[in-house]
This record gives sequence, C-alpha cells and structure tokens, in this order.
Amino acid sequence: MLPSRKNFFWSFRNFSIQRMQVNVKGANSSYFGNIREGIKSSWEGLKLSLKHIFEARRSRKPIGVADKEYFGQQTGIVTLKYPYEALPVPDNGRYRLHNEMEDCIVCDKCAEICPVDCIEIEPVKATEEIRKTSDGHSVRLYAAKFDIDMAKCCFCGLCTTVCPTECLTMTKTYDFSEFIMDNLNYHFSDLSPAEAELKKKAYEDFQAAKLAAKNAANAAKANAEAPAPKAEVPRKEVLATETSAETPANPPAENTPPKPVIKRPVMKPVIKKTDPNLPDTQA
Amino acid sequence: MLAFLIFLGLLLTYMILAVYAERKVSAFIQDRLGPMEIGWYGIGQTVADLIKLLQKEDIVPERADKWPFLAAPMIIFVAVFAGFAVMPLTPDLQGSDAAVGVFYLLAIISIDIIGLLMAGWSSNNKYSLLGAMRSIAQIISYEVPVGLAVICAAVYCQTLDLQAISFQQGIWIHEYPGYAQETNYLFGLRSLGIDVTQVGGFLTWNVVRMPLFFVVYVIFFIATLAECNRAPFDIPEAESELVGGFHTEYSGFRWAILFLAEYGMMLLLTMLGAVLFLGGWNTPLPNIGPVKLAFWTSGAPGTVYGNLTGAFWLVTKAFGGIFVQMWVRWTYPRLRVDQLMYLCWKVLTPACLILLFLSAVWRLLG
Repeated sequence: MLPSRKNFFWSFRNFSIQRMQVNVKGANSSYFGNIREGIKSSWEGLKLSLKHIFEARRSRKPIGVADKEYFGQQTGIVTLKYPYEALPVPDNGRYRLHNEMEDCIVCDKCAEICPVDCIEIEPVKATEEIRKTSDGHSVRLYAAKFDIDMAKCCFCGLCTTVCPTECLTMTKTYDFSEFIMDNLNYHFSDLSPAEAELKKKAYEDFQAAKLAAKNAANAAKANAEAPAPKAEVPRKEVLATETSAETPANPPAENTPPKPVIKRPVMKPVIKKTDPNLPDTQA
Repeated sequence: MLAFLIFLGLLLTYMILAVYAERKVSAFIQDRLGPMEIGWYGIGQTVADLIKLLQKEDIVPERADKWPFLAAPMIIFVAVFAGFAVMPLTPDLQGSDAAVGVFYLLAIISIDIIGLLMAGWSSNNKYSLLGAMRSIAQIISYEVPVGLAVICAAVYCQTLDLQAISFQQGIWIHEYPGYAQETNYLFGLRSLGIDVTQVGGFLTWNVVRMPLFFVVYVIFFIATLAECNRAPFDIPEAESELVGGFHTEYSGFRWAILFLAEYGMMLLLTMLGAVLFLGGWNTPLPNIGPVKLAFWTSGAPGTVYGNLTGAFWLVTKAFGGIFVQMWVRWTYPRLRVDQLMYLCWKVLTPACLILLFLSAVWRLLG
C-alpha cells in the first residue's frame, strides 16, 4: 500500500522536528547561534594552542617517578632528547642480566629455570675448593662457559630468584642494543678457553690418580698380599683418555655443594662416595 | 625580469623556512621539540629533506595518463607563481603594473584547478581522483567568498591595481600618479575631520580606514585557507582517508614541485591579504607628533631604503599571516564536506555580500 501524500508529509515533518530537538541539546541551533558558538569555540581552541606555544619556551626536566616534583610539571615541552638526556631509572630496574662471577657457584639452576634457554653453562669440576663466595658458599666448579644471550632473554627474572648466592642479578642498564645479534650474547666466564682446558685436564688427571689409587687399594685388599706399589704417573694418562671419551653421553646429574658451609678438605669423602659415577658428570 | 628572479628566490627561500617553521610550530603546539638534529636547533632539516626528495626516482604509474601526469605539477606551480607577477613587493618592484591586477590574480590562480584535476585524474588512482574532485569542488566554492572579499577592498579603493591600493594605505599616497590631491581621514570618514594622511602607519590601512574590513579580512583568510587546501579545509588531501589526495602518486621532484606550489599559494594569498587589507608594503608605525616613526621605518618610493623597508614590511606581514595559518592548522580538526559547504555558502558568502554593500556605503560616506 502506497503511503498517501498526507502521511508522507507528516512523516517528513516529524523527522525534521526530531532532528531539531537533537540539535537543540548541544548547540544553540539557530543560524546566528551556530555562528556565535562557532566563533567562540574556535577562539577557545586558538587560545589553547597559543598557550602551548607560549609554554614551549621551556622543557620539562627529566626527573624520575620517585621525584617529588614528578607530578608538578604540567606544562612545557615533553620531548626527551633521548641519547643526550634520559629519565632516571630506579635502582631496582630489572633490565640487563649481570653475573658476578666471583660469587657464582656454577650450580646451573638459572640455566634450568630459564623458560627460553638463554643461559648456557659448561661446568668444570675443580680438584679442590676454589674459593668462598662472599656469603660463604664454597665454589667447587669452574665455569668454562657462562653465556647469557640477551637477545633471547624475556626478562622474566626467574634466574635471579633461583640463584642461591644472588650473584645473577638484573641491572638498570637498558640501552644495550647492538647491530650484530651475536654481540648480545654476553660471556661471563672468567676462564679463557685455554685455562678451561687446563682445568679439565687437571681434574681428569686427579680423577685418574684417584681411580688408580683405589684400584691399587682394591687389588691389595683382594689379594690380601703385599703387592709392590705401582708407578702412578704413566697409568693415569691411559685412564684419562678413556674417561674423557665417554663424557658427553650423560645428562648433568649435578651434585652441587649444599648451602651449609663445610670444612675445606671435604673433597675426598665426596669423591669416594660417588666414585664410579663421577667421571660421567662432566657434560 | 628582476621581479621574476627576486620572487623565485624569495619563494624558494621562504619554502625552506616555512616547512621548518611549520614543523616547529606544530611541535610547540603539541609540546614537542620538532626537528633538532641537523644543524643548530634542526635548522638544516628542510634542506636535508629537499636533497633526499631530489634524489628520488621520478615514478610514473604504468596505467597513468603519462603527459597530463607529468605536466600537472608544472601547471599548478606556474599558475601559482604567475600570481606573483602583479604583487607589489615594494613601491617600485612589481612584475607587471597591470591596471587589472586583482582580476588577473584571481583568474590566474584559478588555473591551479586545471592542474589539480589533471594530476588527480591522470594518476588513474581512485584516491587521487576523489581528492581532485573534492579539491575542485572546494576551491570553486571558496572562490566566491574570496572574490567577494577582494571586491570589497576593490570597491573601497576604487581600483584593481594592487600598487595603487598599496599606495593608498600609507604616507606616500601623494607619490602615486593621480593621488596627489587625496586625503586619508581616520576611519575613512571625512565627517570626523581627522586627517591622517601624514600620520600613516596602521591608521591608514584598509582595516582601519573601513573598520568592517576586519571582518572581511577574517572571511578572506578563512576562504584562502580553503583555496590553499590547508587544514582545517584539507579534505582534498585527507591523509587518513585519501592517502594524499591528488598527489598520492607523485614522488621525488614532482612531489616537491606540488609542495612548493602549495606553500607558494599560501604566501601569495597571505601577501594578497596584506596588500588588500593590511597596508601592503607600508609600515605599521605611525608618525606621532615629532616622532616620525612612519618616515623612519619606510623610505620614500624610488630610494633603496624605501624598497628595502617596503619588502621587509610586506614579507613580515605575509609571514605573520602564514604563522596564523599554521596556528589554525594545528588547532582545528578537519571539516566534513557538508560543514565545508555550509560555511562557504550559508555563512561566508552572505556575510560577504552584506559587507560588500556596506563597503560601498562607507565609500559614499567617506
């Protein structure tokens, strides 16, 4: 059914009335009212931008959120010329990782908890206690490799929470971008590769000597005789090559020294207890 | 020839400064610093940008209509630059002292539209075409208030010669042939009986000679913003919806020419506004009793000092206008098309018609 001419007219009229009412709500909808309001609001806008130009004479100071004045700076240029000036970072900022090698006991906990596997550690057993950390832990492992790849790091901070000696920390350094990705792989090991090789060798030698001594003792016990003591030095070398051949096979079943401080010469009993397994743990 | 070289040099120098100024003004309005790296306070930024632009490849889209596409930037620039031919930069320096200067100016800058349409249509890109169509609709609409505002001044000054209009608004009025007997009264009213012919300064500017010209100048200014496609009337460019409007497909040198034309248009129209309403090359400082500020700050026509001060004042006024254009641009959001047309046809044009009538009446009173 077509709408009659009259209905059509009425609907149009209602529509226009509705529209007018909507307009009335905001501005004065009369012709001159619109113009007046347009001029007024335009002038307000111009005044506002002029105020900002005027206030652009000075810049806001780069102060940190801890500063009392932090919310006091409401006007002025906001831009920070970054490489030349920077906002102070709180001392507990958690950005780049740092490992204090002196205090590290190479326990590998950080590498294990890391969700993105960005820490790589290669421990080398020492023949005796190397040093004490500043909080009294004994260090018995050298780190032939202690690499943290900050390119992979997701800054979760888990490694720092598990660190027993708190040697691995996040520092407030945040600007360490590099053009070459490999440069983001930080090497914390305090041993040069040659030195690390030397330490490995020393441990293997030591281990071989132990084994030889034990074999000798066993032999002596079994025979219940009095065998002539063998010359240790040449045998050591043969055994050392044997043990090093099977090193990479097993996963690191690390037995890190427990927290309580133990006497210095504890090396002997530990080695004796786990004698057959020890050469395997060098992976 | 001298005027040609001076205006070309002025235009190029001005463009480098204006782009820098635009970036700084926008930065300060938005509490930023703007370019800071190249040179002292980033002063060399535009030069660096220009060098980069000139090195770029001159790309012509494969499906574009080649010749109109290549020619359009030149037509746009020539149309704008030709407008400077009748601009009286100093009392003596004017490319052409045509008696129909104002008429010529309005006619020649309308050719700009043909260039815009050529650029947009030949690009074979829907955004370019839409931008060009909007641009044309806008410029043709706003030529009405611009024309009426200009006519207000022409009616009041009784001439279309821009140099004559300039002379009328200052202390050197008697130097112009035919104006030896003219007298400038305050507010252009003889009945007030205050002779300001030898006082000069801003008191003899058109905005003071006919006080309602302030409104006319505001209308002229708003309409010229639309003519230049400047924000808040930058619907033809509208980066957020049309990418870049008619110059979407341009790059390198040709884009630089379009940019130069846009900034040239700004300078031309603010200069025209300064000549028509703000005294042209005349000094704003009046003679106050024995303190002859007007004579000190504007030399007599024909002298080197007169030419230097004349150029200084006109360029200063134009730059002031350009600053306001930038100020406006970084304050207001873009108008909708219907708001644009409402403003043009329902506000500016009727107001201008009434003011034209009042200008004529004021002339008869004066």
